[in-house]
Amino acid sequence: MHTLIEFAKPILVPLICAVVIVAVLPLVAGYIVLLERKLMADMQARLGPMRVGPHGLLQPIADAVKLLLKEDIIPEEADKAIFWVAPLISVTVAMLAMAALAIGPWFQIADLNIGLLFVMGIGALGIFGIVLGGWSSNSHYSLLGALRSAAQLVSYETAAGMAIVGGLLLAGTLSTREIIQTQDDYGVWFIFAAPVGFFIYAVASIAETNRAPFDLPEAESELVAGYMTEYSGFRWALYFLAEYTNMVVVASIATTLFLGGWLRPFAGTKAFDFLDYLPSLLMLVFAGYCFYRVPKQPVKIQQAVLAAVGLLLILLAGILAAPLLVPAGSLVADAKAGLHGAFWFLLKVGLYLYVFMWLRFTFPRYRFDQLMHLGWQFLVPLSIVNVMGIGLALVLHRQWGWGHLPAFGLTTVLTLAVAGWLAWAGEKKEKQRAIVGEEA
Amino acid sequence: MLDQIVFYFFAVLAVISAVMVVTRRNVVQSAIFLITALLATAGIFLQLHAEFLFIVQVILYAGGIMVLFVFVIMLVSLDVSLNQVQFNRQWWLGLLLALVLGAQLTIAVAVGRAGLPLGEPAPAKMLEPSTQLVGRVLFSEYVLPFEIASILLLVAMIGAVVMAKKKI
Repeated sequence: MHTLIEFAKPILVPLICAVVIVAVLPLVAGYIVLLERKLMADMQARLGPMRVGPHGLLQPIADAVKLLLKEDIIPEEADKAIFWVAPLISVTVAMLAMAALAIGPWFQIADLNIGLLFVMGIGALGIFGIVLGGWSSNSHYSLLGALRSAAQLVSYETAAGMAIVGGLLLAGTLSTREIIQTQDDYGVWFIFAAPVGFFIYAVASIAETNRAPFDLPEAESELVAGYMTEYSGFRWALYFLAEYTNMVVVASIATTLFLGGWLRPFAGTKAFDFLDYLPSLLMLVFAGYCFYRVPKQPVKIQQAVLAAVGLLLILLAGILAAPLLVPAGSLVADAKAGLHGAFWFLLKVGLYLYVFMWLRFTFPRYRFDQLMHLGWQFLVPLSIVNVMGIGLALVLHRQWGWGHLPAFGLTTVLTLAVAGWLAWAGEKKEKQRAIVGEEA
Repeated sequence: MLDQIVFYFFAVLAVISAVMVVTRRNVVQSAIFLITALLATAGIFLQLHAEFLFIVQVILYAGGIMVLFVFVIMLVSLDVSLNQVQFNRQWWLGLLLALVLGAQLTIAVAVGRAGLPLGEPAPAKMLEPSTQLVGRVLFSEYVLPFEIASILLLVAMIGAVVMAKKKI
């Protein structure tokens, strides 16, 4: 028994983290879907799901049960083995990418030397799930969706990769933990040093996760549902799980590299220490709202569910507040870094996802040639210029002794000028093409 | 113990997938097994603490090149390859050569084991920050070959664009 414990010790913590991630992610994905539907409803002046549970709070669980019980249809002419395995590839790869991410200083499966590169590289394998699923369905819609998806992923991966290179130049390391540590040392998040890089990564990450306005691989009006046209029931749900996991992964990359990871805003400044109470306060406000809504629920059981949610939030508030209230030095006080780190990290990821959804409900879908133009003729050149600009800023700062602000300010302005020129040139070309088209 | 289990898992996976690559009739299935073989090799790299090599293998071979392979294969009709003969008349010659080569390797390892630098692992912590090490060496000691290779790749890329496009 003793030897077994000794044997298991080094792998125990990562194992627990891994189990937590695999167990919790489907639930999280379900609630992201609910949040998205609620937000969409709000922006379109509707109510959204309201029936299952108070304010539709139990909708994801009902959906999951429905998807599990649905018939799993495999088309007669499909390549069965590949059809069967393709969604699994997507999900496995998406979850594997979570392994190197640090959700707070305490919660990380593995602090790899290659950190972000691992997340990017493994994430890129998800394309196989899509391509193979589309091909094996033996349907034209699926194949076209898969081809579009592959082309799109390959195109935007370049821009996203170059944008990340910009951030990595600042950090000087690939390990997620050390990247956040560097931002702590600098006292500033990298989004302020490389705003253009963050913008490029944000756009490219939307395209990489096949979200609107870049959701051409599953454009309903053209391709039914793209690569997952022939999928139903549980396998379809797996694709959806993979998509939402990928969203969490790209949001986590952006959070780690540009938004300071688990750092609180103004982490180094004593004057802003009152922000430590914000997490608990936020939870209490939500709990208060839940209790305020309880009497307005029509059914007893819905009232009970909402009250339970409120109590849960109060419990969370208590857990987050506990390390602040006890004197320093005890175990509970030490837990502050882990708990609050996880809170800030998840809050930033949530805000990033919120922007994703906001953009989805705001912009109409791109045309495929517009998508390719944006990727190759705007984002890729701009990302290369961005890398050179950051390199220049680092040289100015480290070897010529410029301050941070003038060095990064100058290069950001330069990069923005190039961006403006690229946009202007693209517009002009587009106009010329339109004129030529009219004449022809 | 655990090391050996992991190694044999990846090794067996790599060998079986490699055999499957050449024996499957369906080209897409062959491509999938090739991906598996490449990933299994990447796993062995990882076990050797060559993390950078691992991720390069995953990104370049499994992620980049294989995507293009699968792309091309998917657009090609499968029926032709399904009806083709898998072996030509020289199969016995190939088998013979493979056996001879295998025997040679086995004998070479078995006989010359004492002389070969086998079983001498590097000190565990020697290559710890392998990514930094690779970067430093690449941009200092081998900067000229590195730059020449990148220019070569750039030329190849531009050449491909020029050949593929009728009007630029």
